[in-house]
Amino acid sequence: MKLKRHSIAVFLLMLAWLLGGTGAAEPLDLEKDELKLGFIKLTDMAPLAVAYELGFFEDEGLYVTLEPQANWKVLLDRVLTGELDGAHMLAGQPLGATIGFGTEAHVVTAFSMDLNGNAITVSNEVWEAMRSHVPLGADGKPVHPIKADSLKPVVDEYRAEGRPFNMAMVFPVSTHNYELRYWLAAGGIHPGFYSSTDISGQIDAEALLSVTPPPQMPATLEAGTIYGYCVGEPWNQQAVFKGIGVPVITDYEIWRNNPEKVFGVTAEWAEANPNTHVAVVKALIRAAMWLDADGDANRPAAVEILARPEYVGADEEVIANSMTGTFEYERGDERAVPDFNVFFRYYATYPYYSDAVWYLTQMRRWGQIPERKTDGWYHDVAKSVYLPDVYLEAARLLVEQGLASESDFPWDTDGFRPPQSEFIDAITFDGREPNAYLERFAIGLKGDARVVSNTISAN
Amino acid sequence: MSWDRYLALVGLGWLLPLGRILTGKDPAEQAKELWQLLGIPLLAVVLFIGLWGQVAARIDTSLGAMPGPAAVWNEARNLVVEHGAERAKEALFYARQDARNGERAAADPTAEVRVRQYTGRPTYFDQIGTSLKTVFTGFVLATLIAVPLGIVGGLSRGFNAALNPLIQIFKPVSPLAWLPIVTMVVSATYVSTDPMFEKAFLNSAITVMLCSLWPALINTALGVATIDKDLMNVSRVLQLGWFTTVRKIVLPSALPLIFTGMRLSLGVGWMVLIAAEMLAQNPGLGKFVWDEFQNGSSESLARILVAVFTIGLIGFLLDRLMLALQTAFTHSASR
Repeated sequence: MKLKRHSIAVFLLMLAWLLGGTGAAEPLDLEKDELKLGFIKLTDMAPLAVAYELGFFEDEGLYVTLEPQANWKVLLDRVLTGELDGAHMLAGQPLGATIGFGTEAHVVTAFSMDLNGNAITVSNEVWEAMRSHVPLGADGKPVHPIKADSLKPVVDEYRAEGRPFNMAMVFPVSTHNYELRYWLAAGGIHPGFYSSTDISGQIDAEALLSVTPPPQMPATLEAGTIYGYCVGEPWNQQAVFKGIGVPVITDYEIWRNNPEKVFGVTAEWAEANPNTHVAVVKALIRAAMWLDADGDANRPAAVEILARPEYVGADEEVIANSMTGTFEYERGDERAVPDFNVFFRYYATYPYYSDAVWYLTQMRRWGQIPERKTDGWYHDVAKSVYLPDVYLEAARLLVEQGLASESDFPWDTDGFRPPQSEFIDAITFDGREPNAYLERFAIGLKGDARVVSNTISAN
Repeated sequence: MSWDRYLALVGLGWLLPLGRILTGKDPAEQAKELWQLLGIPLLAVVLFIGLWGQVAARIDTSLGAMPGPAAVWNEARNLVVEHGAERAKEALFYARQDARNGERAAADPTAEVRVRQYTGRPTYFDQIGTSLKTVFTGFVLATLIAVPLGIVGGLSRGFNAALNPLIQIFKPVSPLAWLPIVTMVVSATYVSTDPMFEKAFLNSAITVMLCSLWPALINTALGVATIDKDLMNVSRVLQLGWFTTVRKIVLPSALPLIFTGMRLSLGVGWMVLIAAEMLAQNPGLGKFVWDEFQNGSSESLARILVAVFTIGLIGFLLDRLMLALQTAFTHSASR
């Protein structure tokens, strides 16, 4: 088998590293050198697996154990109780925990793990109904990106028949929840509000969203309990392989180069172990660089690592489909999406305040933040959760050791990306002005609007 | 006790007729016996495997067809191979660590050099070991609570009446209901910077204890309550103290039922352990099953089936072990 060759390549790499010894630089004075880090079985945990398997953790003098977790809630709880030192987290988790949506605790991050990597899949039945509304290109294939406008008539039809249009995402503060809502709302389909007393997120909803763990997504879709879902890989490609659903859009097309997972630790842990934190970030940066190096040349080797049962464990073919720059929509309609998984380029790993602000705006938009907050509040929360100083300290050490170059890192940024408008609805996002951004949406809370006893009031 | 009971106990009862055939005792009669003891069970297993192979191929899941016997056997062998590979990785890990520690010691002779445990994943056999350790911890805790309580309950009708409603209410509770409560209580009360046990281990063991308490408790109480009245009268006539009565009269007489209860307890404990481990993330067989379910690879179902057979086989062996202990200990008591 072709991919097996890569395991030999990885083995040789490890051997070379064993014989060649470690980097000569002065190791950091670690407060703690035995760490247990958690992850969820998704391809974007790759930086952790790579840092472990290629010995980047050991180069820092860290003895790390990686442990898969049952679900996002268990993962966060175990980080909070100290059973885990840190974990692969949804970008919304440190923010949600810090502002007290769900479990309240101060969680911080100094490392963004990747960009993009999710997609929205609908069932075959819904796709058949949608297809007639999707514009076709000259080759007879659907024109991408497919907007929710073509789903709207289908949802209306279901509603007219009194059938609730159920869809699934993976967690209330997950990227998937916000992306699915964004896509639906951009097509005029109301995805529902949260309120301080009703956290189902289905107030006023036309499409009813609920939580389903990623591995159960295909089975739940097949059973007809839901008509579509938004999830990370490999669970969209799995639906194509099994012929039970059709991915209609990737999150890259909803918001080009959107931030995805982060590496989260508790604020107390970060305070008690500053050098260890820097050392972990160093190892993760090296892993991310390796994943994107030489035009993704290392991706097949990364796929081999991820396919092992202790990491993601899905079949190599399925993981490879999205990790190596292509994405299959309808069966046979395979298109190039070179940036479907981005681990390092475009400064992917830098913890931008503006990324945090975007998540907070979506929490406000859908009522997870029940009332108006000032722009200053958004910025303060972002700055208390995202720690670019730790990141830059790690980057500086890597540059000094000759393991990275000066141009790999955005040294001079103030933490806000330039205004971005590469969204599916072309609305411009500027992290400096979150309230002005919220005003631009037709659907969603803005200004002083609140959800009170399931209706929206303006004051 | 005769040999045949011991052999039957360990599932080797079929050796007896075989031995008798070899020594030339009534071959026709013994052959019939052999067919009963060995032939029919073997035939049933073969039929089951055949049926499984046929039916499995027709069940198409989103992870591919249900694995048949061959695929499961193949994965069982893979798990053994992976165990070996992981041990090799472990050796490399220690070699690297030694080299690194050596460098550190050479650079700075005063540096404190420690050997860290291997950080790789637990293999299938490690996970079986963890599960056994967890279930026995829970079982021993349950026994230590249940047997004394049961003895007191059996001796005192009043105490038994007080205990009874609690037993009836808590007995049917599923481990899945206990686990969140146990988790929160352990998190709140077990605070240590250098914990001796993993919290996940404690959560699973305590959940096992809560669920496996009841059969031992009920049977002990029953065993004690149904002691021959004459025996109790003897103790009164001799004016034996409470502890002497328990030691000399109650325990020997109630032992068969106490062991029956303990045997049931261990069975229940083993059954709930898998569920507890799945949720508590204790790195045993339950976590293995959950992780493979999450993996969703084309081998996952076969690997889960390997775990199913392992769980069944170990459960069977545990039961036999308890039965053997019971037979050995109560032999003299069963008059």
